[in-house]
Amino acid sequence: MARIEQHPIVRRDWKDPFTFTFAGRPVTAYPGDMISSALFAAGLRVFGHHPKDGAPQGIYCANGQCAQCLVLADGLPVKACMTAVQPGMSVEPVDGLPTLPSRREVGVMREAEVRPVAVLILGGGPAGLSAAIELGSRGIDVLVVDDKDRLGGKLVLQTHRFFGSTQAVFAGTRGIDIGARLEKRVRELAAVEVWLESTALAVFSDRVVGVLRKDRYVLVRPQMLLVATGAREKSLVFQGNTLPGVYGAGAIQTLVNRDLVKAADRLFIVGGGNVGLIAGYHALQAGIDVVGLVEALPECGGYKVHKDKLARMGVPIYTSHTILSANGVDGVESVTVAEVDAKFRPIPGTETSFACDTVLIAVGLDPVDEFLRAAKEYDVPAVAAGDAEEIAEASAAIFSGKIRGLEIARSLGKTTDEVPEEWRTMGEILKSRPGPSTSETVPSDEDSVIPVFHCSQEIPCNPCTSVCPQKLIAIDEADIRRLPQFLGAVTGRECVGCDSCVAICPGLAITLVDFRKDREEPMVTIPFEFGESRLHAGDRVTVLDTVGEPIAAVAVEAVRRSDRTLLVKVRLPRTVAKRAAGVRMQESWVGDPLPQAVERLGDDAIVCRCERITAGEIRARIRAGLRDMNEIKTVTRAGMGACGGKTCTALIARLFREEGVPASEITENIRRPLFIEVPLGVFAGVEEEAL
Amino acid sequence: MTREAYDVIIIGAGSVGVPGAWAMARDGLSVLVIDRFASPGQGSNKTAIGGIRATHSDPAKIRLCLRSLEIARTWQEAHGDDIEWTTGGYSFVAYSSREENTLKDLLVIQEQHGLDIDWHEPRELLGIIPALRRDGLHGGTFSPGDGHCSPLLFGHAMYEQAKAAGARFRFGETITGIDVVSGRVRGVVTDKGIYDAPIIVNAAGPWASEVGHLLGMEHPVRPDSHEGGITEPVAHFLGPMVVDIRPAPGSANYYFFQLATGQIVFCVTPSPSLWGFDRRETSAFLPMVAKRMVDLMPCLTNLRVRRTWRGLYPMTPDGSPLVGWSREVSGYLMAIGMCGQGFMLGPGLGELLSRVVRAEAKPEDEEILSILSPHRAFAGQEALK
Repeated sequence: MARIEQHPIVRRDWKDPFTFTFAGRPVTAYPGDMISSALFAAGLRVFGHHPKDGAPQGIYCANGQCAQCLVLADGLPVKACMTAVQPGMSVEPVDGLPTLPSRREVGVMREAEVRPVAVLILGGGPAGLSAAIELGSRGIDVLVVDDKDRLGGKLVLQTHRFFGSTQAVFAGTRGIDIGARLEKRVRELAAVEVWLESTALAVFSDRVVGVLRKDRYVLVRPQMLLVATGAREKSLVFQGNTLPGVYGAGAIQTLVNRDLVKAADRLFIVGGGNVGLIAGYHALQAGIDVVGLVEALPECGGYKVHKDKLARMGVPIYTSHTILSANGVDGVESVTVAEVDAKFRPIPGTETSFACDTVLIAVGLDPVDEFLRAAKEYDVPAVAAGDAEEIAEASAAIFSGKIRGLEIARSLGKTTDEVPEEWRTMGEILKSRPGPSTSETVPSDEDSVIPVFHCSQEIPCNPCTSVCPQKLIAIDEADIRRLPQFLGAVTGRECVGCDSCVAICPGLAITLVDFRKDREEPMVTIPFEFGESRLHAGDRVTVLDTVGEPIAAVAVEAVRRSDRTLLVKVRLPRTVAKRAAGVRMQESWVGDPLPQAVERLGDDAIVCRCERITAGEIRARIRAGLRDMNEIKTVTRAGMGACGGKTCTALIARLFREEGVPASEITENIRRPLFIEVPLGVFAGVEEEAL
Repeated sequence: MTREAYDVIIIGAGSVGVPGAWAMARDGLSVLVIDRFASPGQGSNKTAIGGIRATHSDPAKIRLCLRSLEIARTWQEAHGDDIEWTTGGYSFVAYSSREENTLKDLLVIQEQHGLDIDWHEPRELLGIIPALRRDGLHGGTFSPGDGHCSPLLFGHAMYEQAKAAGARFRFGETITGIDVVSGRVRGVVTDKGIYDAPIIVNAAGPWASEVGHLLGMEHPVRPDSHEGGITEPVAHFLGPMVVDIRPAPGSANYYFFQLATGQIVFCVTPSPSLWGFDRRETSAFLPMVAKRMVDLMPCLTNLRVRRTWRGLYPMTPDGSPLVGWSREVSGYLMAIGMCGQGFMLGPGLGELLSRVVRAEAKPEDEEILSILSPHRAFAGQEALK
């Protein structure tokens, strides 16, 4: 593992390195590193061993949700992924139960501050920030609470250009840049206060929200609560699923795109939704080999353009396949996958293994909705926006935050503005699932310059329409899910070959074919997002069609830069020029399987990560007739651990389904505060400075 | 609608109903337990923190709990399940003469009953609980034979034993009526069936009064709620259950101990009492209890709270349970108003209930029953609840 010193999209200053220790060994870190990132950069992925069975522990979510990355920082237990490393800090692995440091005295104890506010927004991501802008610009007193050290939520991990509507949600702009824009606007609003590194702990029945503000406990009393807490990743049960090296997509994206740590050398992806597809692309940008991707469904659920993009980079995509095991002792060494039948059961004899050091799990998201549920139960006026309300794209979250913001402003009597009907329509369009794929329509023109849209699936996206100086690209304004049309023939105007549409397309799905100089060997412009160090004029490249099939091997004529996208010019025979969609990034041998499938023995498909309860233990209880998740918790401890059932609850529900138990027979387990673990001294208001 | 006949029907599969069913089934009775929740112990039993002590001040509770202690202590040996029993003792600590005197006065009674409990001067007490605040410590009592276990595992293990002994359980069923003919109970009606039995035991905990209403009776039981919490696990550092009986704003007392699995479980007795069935968390609890705990034991400052909850204490006017037959309706046996001690009284009480329904109560049982009689006059308050 190492730092990504040159990332094609993200810049980070590598200044002022300092040293801390892990298990007594010196480790280098940079200002802003979380403990986990610095350890990863040093190649350390095992942070300790579980007290129950000695299983190696490390990050899983890298997002403060699970509790698997526990370490002792200067003697105190902390989540490595949420704690900034400090110069000289002594970090120790947790092997077994930590020892509570002895202490003779406590200093002064303060009363917790009570903070009234008009609107409390939990989460400073796309939805929360958009709502804060709507509210704050109307002078409404808003407090935004976010557990990270910067605003933007998951936008800070999104290095790709966004889909959606250019007019409504900054489509065509990279997620990281959208985050920066939203933050800038929020910071300009005097009515909006932002608390970073602050976590909501519970919504209490006395209509108070307990917030851990850095190391202080504050009781916030909002008139309205907006839950914009986003989503948490679903997990998956398979042998070896908690080995260091098995991570959520967000964890890899955080390490790679936020912290610029090359989190893996060889990555295997489970899940072909947008999250898995995009994370694969991000991994490639970070210089990580992506060995393959499995998707249990017969088709990837994510946008076709994302899938095609990944396939064109040379990543094999195995649909109707599932993961059987992650193999290794102290970390992942290989992964074993198999084809599945129509009922998603692995087909014996189809097992295949691939060497890899990391498995990325991207099997869907669940709303972080505990605060909304509690608020509803306790009659705290509350609404949700973004993924906390409904899982969809970040562009939809931006728009839903905007709508909720205006609705709240209205309900507080601060505006009479109605939410325009177009907003609601756009909100729904942005949330829509991708439509069926059709075949690409290729313009017949072979005299001038023409854009080719390698885009044959209806998704909400229109940036290409906004950049054409000739206004030659059109998408139905009433429904931006429609496919783009080239209006050359209709208008009589000619494409000037400016490449703007090629550069802005979030799917990297537009090429420009220029027949003007050479009708037989037109110049094709292909987008490339892997940085100038990876491709130069004169390099020989393999040109691929939309789905990644090679069509020619040629030398690059020229490379042009547009923002951080490279525009690669190649000359191709007329017969294939319009099919060209990308240049191969990753050599095909990267995806070669191992000669023999690896079988992982033993029952370590873990359902409850915190207490290390296996699927076998839970299944046995279900088969014994248990139907109350609370009773399963009583007898197995599943859900009693540090995270409070954040990952295992959905997995247990899934095991019930697999066992054929109807949902009507199941009693859900009761979720209780706190959202994260917080020291007693914080609740007591102990003034550490006074000691 | 099903219609089944049993010797005994117990209403409530909780701290009292489950051990009662186990004892009765062992003793050859056919028993049905009906509970409105989806599985055993989902009412108040699972909100118990797990302490069992015999060091009360009332002979009835002392005897019942001595038996509970024995059952818990020998559970693994007798039945094989690890219920995480720890004979860690209880310690009531004193930081002023007021508590010192209260505790020492009680010692006299406790010693009369042969309980293993002593007063320890500060030095000795710090030997038992090194993490206690030193300054101001007057000393405290320590009863090494008391202890604690996982209330979840113990309750569930007794439930499994009860089933194995033949007791039947029906969950997710609400009692809608109790059938009484000529002054005798004949069975119960639920939202799902009709069940006959000549004996009905009310073990409905905080909901005991609702059951009484079905018979047109008023039981002097009403719940108040106590908030509790649990921390992350840490290496073992605390042996006994520590009880601090100093009143402070918001709480009459509080107590905590370390589970065998390393977590600290803590609970307060709110003052004034929070009457009613409201089990929703409030923002006041954590700051209040945390201040008290870190003041008493400074090392807890850095221990992280994992979860909090609220449980109901079915209180009686004098703080002691109500156990005995109804005088108005024959065949109706009350085992109610455990005042938050159902978990520790349950195993001993379950056996007593079995003897009572089989009309085999021993002379010492009769003494317990006279103390806990539901027909008693409510004069005093028990000194240490």
